Amino acid sequence: MTGLTIHELGAAYRRGETTPTQVVAAYLARIERLDARVGAYLTVTREAALRAAAAADARHRAGTPLGPLDGVPLAVKDVLCTRGVRTTCGSKILERFVPPYDATAVERLAAAGAVLLGKTNMDEFAMGSSTEHSAFRPTKNPWDLARVPGGSSGGSAAAVAGDLAAGAFGTDTGGSVRQPAAFCGVVGLKPTYGRVSRYGLVAFASSLDQIGPLGQDVRDAALLLGAVAGHDPRDATSVDAPVPDYAAALDGGVRGLRVGVPREYFIEGMDPEVGRAVREAVETLRGLGATVEDVSLPTTDYGIAVYYVIAPAEASSNLARYDGVKYGLRVGGAKDLIEMSSRTRAAGFGAEVKRRIMLGTYALSAGYHDAYYGRAQKVRTLVRRDFARAFERVDLLVGPTTPNVAFRLGEKEDPLAMYLNDVFTVPTSLAGLPAVSVRCGFSAAGLPIGLQLIGRAFDEPTILRAAHAYERATSWLARRPSLA
Amino acid sequence: MISRDDVVQVARLARLELSEAELERMRRQLDGILAYIDQLKALDVAGVEPTSHAVPLTNVMREDEAAPCWPQEEMLANAPDRAGELFRVPRIIED
Amino acid sequence: MSATVGTGWEVVIGLEVHAQLLTRSKMFCGCPAAFGAAPNSRTCPVCQGMPGVLPVVNRRAIELAIRTALAFDCRVNEACRFARKHYYYPDMPKNFQISQYEEPLAEEGVLEIDAEGASRPIGIQRLHLEEDVGKLVHEGTLETARASLVDYNRSGVPLMETVSKPDLRSPEEAAAYLKSFRAVLVYLGVCDGNMEEGSLRCDANVSLRPRGATELGTKVEIKNLNSFRNVQHALEFEVTRQRRALEAGERVAQETRLWDADRALTRSMRSKEFAHDYRYFPEPDLVPLTIARAWVEEIRAGLPELPRRRRQRFVAQHGLPPYDAEVLTQSRALADYFEAAVREFPQPKTVSNWVMSELLRVLPADDERAIQGAPITPARLGGLLALIEDGTISGKIAKDVFEKMFRTGDDARAIVAREGLTQVADEGALAAIVDQVMARNPKAIEDYKKGKTAAAKALVGQVMKATGGKANPGIVNRLLEEKLSKT
Repeated sequence: MTGLTIHELGAAYRRGETTPTQVVAAYLARIERLDARVGAYLTVTREAALRAAAAADARHRAGTPLGPLDGVPLAVKDVLCTRGVRTTCGSKILERFVPPYDATAVERLAAAGAVLLGKTNMDEFAMGSSTEHSAFRPTKNPWDLARVPGGSSGGSAAAVAGDLAAGAFGTDTGGSVRQPAAFCGVVGLKPTYGRVSRYGLVAFASSLDQIGPLGQDVRDAALLLGAVAGHDPRDATSVDAPVPDYAAALDGGVRGLRVGVPREYFIEGMDPEVGRAVREAVETLRGLGATVEDVSLPTTDYGIAVYYVIAPAEASSNLARYDGVKYGLRVGGAKDLIEMSSRTRAAGFGAEVKRRIMLGTYALSAGYHDAYYGRAQKVRTLVRRDFARAFERVDLLVGPTTPNVAFRLGEKEDPLAMYLNDVFTVPTSLAGLPAVSVRCGFSAAGLPIGLQLIGRAFDEPTILRAAHAYERATSWLARRPSLA
Repeated sequence: MISRDDVVQVARLARLELSEAELERMRRQLDGILAYIDQLKALDVAGVEPTSHAVPLTNVMREDEAAPCWPQEEMLANAPDRAGELFRVPRIIED
Repeated sequence: MSATVGTGWEVVIGLEVHAQLLTRSKMFCGCPAAFGAAPNSRTCPVCQGMPGVLPVVNRRAIELAIRTALAFDCRVNEACRFARKHYYYPDMPKNFQISQYEEPLAEEGVLEIDAEGASRPIGIQRLHLEEDVGKLVHEGTLETARASLVDYNRSGVPLMETVSKPDLRSPEEAAAYLKSFRAVLVYLGVCDGNMEEGSLRCDANVSLRPRGATELGTKVEIKNLNSFRNVQHALEFEVTRQRRALEAGERVAQETRLWDADRALTRSMRSKEFAHDYRYFPEPDLVPLTIARAWVEEIRAGLPELPRRRRQRFVAQHGLPPYDAEVLTQSRALADYFEAAVREFPQPKTVSNWVMSELLRVLPADDERAIQGAPITPARLGGLLALIEDGTISGKIAKDVFEKMFRTGDDARAIVAREGLTQVADEGALAAIVDQVMARNPKAIEDYKKGKTAAAKALVGQVMKATGGKANPGIVNRLLEEKLSKT
């Protein structure tokens, strides 16, 4: 009963072949059996899930389901606030924090009838690309438990890949949905900045953060996005524009679509298997009727540098509130407030978070502000211009999601080496554009490879349509990890 | 190159207590990352407007309507230390 | 005053005033902005800075700030934005304050103050919006407290910060600036001006320089100036302190000092071995504002007449003495009250006398709400004055009627009728009483004839007494005069 896509589950409920309670119970049992090995979840909300499933049962029985997600078991990254359910952000400092409110996305999922199975593991405060920076435990890649699932939404990606949830949500600041989606071979979408409300998403870098879905296929991702997208008066940066029916826009193929392939996305040092798989995918799209063009995004190389100024700067500000005063951890025995806060933060934050707080504080401090933060903001403008120029000629861009497949746990000890993993995902985040990662093959070692499709602002329908056409033309989804 | 004193000063601004060993490791790592970031200096950004928001929105405001507040107990429930209706903090010494 | 006059030093003062805006809700969330409630009962996740929450700008706060900016003839910037200002303090839940930095709402204005009988324009450098912080209660004093307690009710209340140019030249001028400033804000209805409750707070920058010098001396910031008196006293103290230091050949340290009103001195707050580094950057959770000219003009059209102009008009149009005009324009409510009463009873000086001597005996001139809610409406005051005018009651009785009106809220005519206070104006009846009084007081008549005119006054008093004060004094005087001349 686990392993069905969301749209298959919906059909099964409609036909009365199974019930939300049966499915949710099956997922809970599977989590119980397997998650000790995968480590996808930080919190499993068993009782609440069964209650929600029973309510969904009743609606389905009455023939009045709330929509395609009614009774569908989902997992959300532990960076989205859940009323009455602890929200840790993968950090010791929030280990016991229980929000009195739901994130807007969580609220909308509940309103759509989705059943929350639990909160997934992540790199602390979403800072990382491997989920090894979780303060609690690493998450393993279901395709190879010796490898990382990517990050920071590694728990959500692993949950979907390992059939520990029918679908999931993560957050993407510089690639944190797309990169783990690529590493775990699932579909991961970062929506346009402003498409999904950030209210209740514990901020890492406010001008970059977006909530995005992870699904088993493109249709699932479209259904999940549709449930959470849309204007929210509580988020001043959420855009008041109509939400298209993403699932309905999937069909139509790619004939006539102009696909741009950025030449900077095929770099030296990149895994040749990835390059090969992506080029083959481009050929598949061409074969389906798309026209393919070579384009250039000259500032690609600077993306990581810009990102590692702006994101830490904003993070240093967003994380200032964790001081042991109002909520979360407090280290006792300090002689005064400054000592208490400094020790609390020293004990509560992990090494990566401290590094970024330090980096961001430095980049904003007097004497360095213009050279780092000021300059990075200007280069961010150049990155946006690159995309704007490219989108004058093409309808979407296609390239690899990551330069390599999932690496081994502990393999990337140097922080900079880890950062460079985000080279193809960061520019899109800086420009606020939508991008989706879909499976486009496997390495010789049997690890999935991700294809990234990047669209114009608010043009999720086009990238989803192209991804869907590609998915239907290939058979990569047939392969599944063998967890048990 | 970022100096040890810089790191001490930044740690103070960021309210992070760092041990001697952490200080030096932090200095080294920040130095490496900053050296990488310094490639931005090669770009000509004269006359380029800074980007602080990815989506060009303006004038998002709410009407001045008072909503009910949250229950006091809910707002105090996460407090690490409290005195009745108030959050309690160790004594304050200005820095 | 000795601190500023007759020395070779020029005093240079600039004021930063923080005013809480009279909005219903807070700056970035829907919690009520009103003062006073159980600690931490007027908060929500947003104003308590919980993880994941986001601010949304209160349109009314922007409007009130534009209103103020226009009253000060400031340039309202077409583009403005919010920025984060970072420092750690436990009364500030996010450990940054959403404020404005590089692109404030308005700049370059002017406030006219009256100093030593003349008017002087004081420059306003900038006006911007920010959020207030919570309140700290120390267990003991700040220095000795083992712990401090935090109440976030005030956190997020809209604050408007207005920074003057260093144009003020004496502590008196600083106090005059603050008074004018407060009057304008109260007039505009943007702030209640209550300094005790902290709705209006003032910090000062003060420095001395040799007279004639163009460069500014080292400035000292003084915090905690929460009354007009404190502003003047603290600055006087500080000017003397700095002058003594300079005359002794010492240097004035650039620092922040706290005014201790109880001990009447300023003292250094912990020295800043470690200067603040606020690390401002544009608030990513709020988008920029572009203030449309049409909006500004709409707000301008709704601006009330400001106290200074109104004061001048009261003199020119109503023929009031400048003193009266000054008293009556202390608050918009009072000036409105006066003008409404004048519409009912078009004798401005009489109305002014009654407002100043009677109404302001029972109500504070600057309490907008009390004046607005006065139990004697302007129309009723006009009605009372009309009864004096037409001789129904005497001025003396009218004062009693005023008190009764204030107590009961009834109108003058009803009280006069109910209590039989109408003047006895019946000549026949009064003539009989005059005759009786004259018959009983032959001695007074004798005295009068000898040229003691005071004796006639005594007789008037007797008649008034006999009528319980209700006799029309004009008629009594005339009758007595006639009768005395006949004897």
